[in-house]
Amino acid sequence: MALIGSLISLVGSLFLFLGALGILRLPDVYNRMQAGTKATTIGSILTIIGIGFAHPQWLPKLIILVLFILFTNPISTHALARAAHFAGIKLTERSIRDNLREDKIEEEIND
Amino acid sequence: MRRVKAFVLSYIILIGLWMIVGGTQPDEMIVGAITAFIISLVFAPRFALLGSIRLSPKALFATIMFIIVFSVELVKGAIDVAGRVISPSLPINPGIVKVRTRLQSDVGRIALANAITMTPGTMTVETNGEFFYIHWIDIKSEDIDAATAAIVTIFERHLEVMFG
Amino acid sequence: MDSLSLIIYNMAYYIAMLALAIAFVRFLMGPSSVDRVLALDTMTICSIALIIFIAMYAGRIIYIDVALVYALLSFLGVIAVARYLEGGL
Repeated sequence: MALIGSLISLVGSLFLFLGALGILRLPDVYNRMQAGTKATTIGSILTIIGIGFAHPQWLPKLIILVLFILFTNPISTHALARAAHFAGIKLTERSIRDNLREDKIEEEIND
Repeated sequence: MRRVKAFVLSYIILIGLWMIVGGTQPDEMIVGAITAFIISLVFAPRFALLGSIRLSPKALFATIMFIIVFSVELVKGAIDVAGRVISPSLPINPGIVKVRTRLQSDVGRIALANAITMTPGTMTVETNGEFFYIHWIDIKSEDIDAATAAIVTIFERHLEVMFG
Repeated sequence: MDSLSLIIYNMAYYIAMLALAIAFVRFLMGPSSVDRVLALDTMTICSIALIIFIAMYAGRIIYIDVALVYALLSFLGVIAVARYLEGGL
């Protein structure tokens, strides 16, 4: 039982590691957010559930923690992405298009 | 009716949370029951999520389907982004595209925006009425309808039944 | 707990710590404030996982409450910074 839990924790911490690596490697803040939100969410969830296997009586509290992370992580990422775009941080050179920027400029012209 | 439903739901959730985090001693339960009652009374009517949940069997089925689809997409999303990070050439093709949703209720749109953030390669940057601006790490189509079909439709079907 | 699973748990613990260190490099590099907040958010999630590990090693359930409060404060902090950058605070 503890062996299954430890393997789940190992997979989770690998996802945490890859998320952090993505934050370091990817070229602009929006791409970093993608790595920083998805990989770390699933990573922390797997890590916490894996520890729940070692102490089954802790599971209710751990599940509350998991649900909290699952609900709040996308919200904080969305708020940060919105703030980044509002603050005028550019997308990387490799980006294809930015519809939001086009629409904002159009709105300003109409005003 | 809507407010009563919101009150009852919020009371049940708060009491459940209290019992798990705080314990189930009798004196603790009395304090928890009173606190949960006051919080539900003050905040539940303004908390739109609880008021607009539908409690029919059909909506319950849609909720279960949504949770299953969401979990699968969550795992797929993490593996996808991890794979992109590991590969030495960084196979990304990013940009912000615009999509349109059919959902009418605010709560449905919030749930959709957050679900999109957790799915493979997409992240909601800004919402404006029925239009969402989505950062897509690997753009497959720049057309609004094709992008909508690729990103939004998979969740929209279930959320439409859940929240309308 | 048998020794094999303890070794694997230890490996997971150190990998999570490495993730924290890598996110800290991005926190130092910047370049924009949003990058730093994002790195801090990632570091917080790694620390939550580490706190749960420490709770397991020490065998004390009270540490989970610490992680819960830490997650709550981090979420509020990120929202506050985002509002500040949008000029709404």
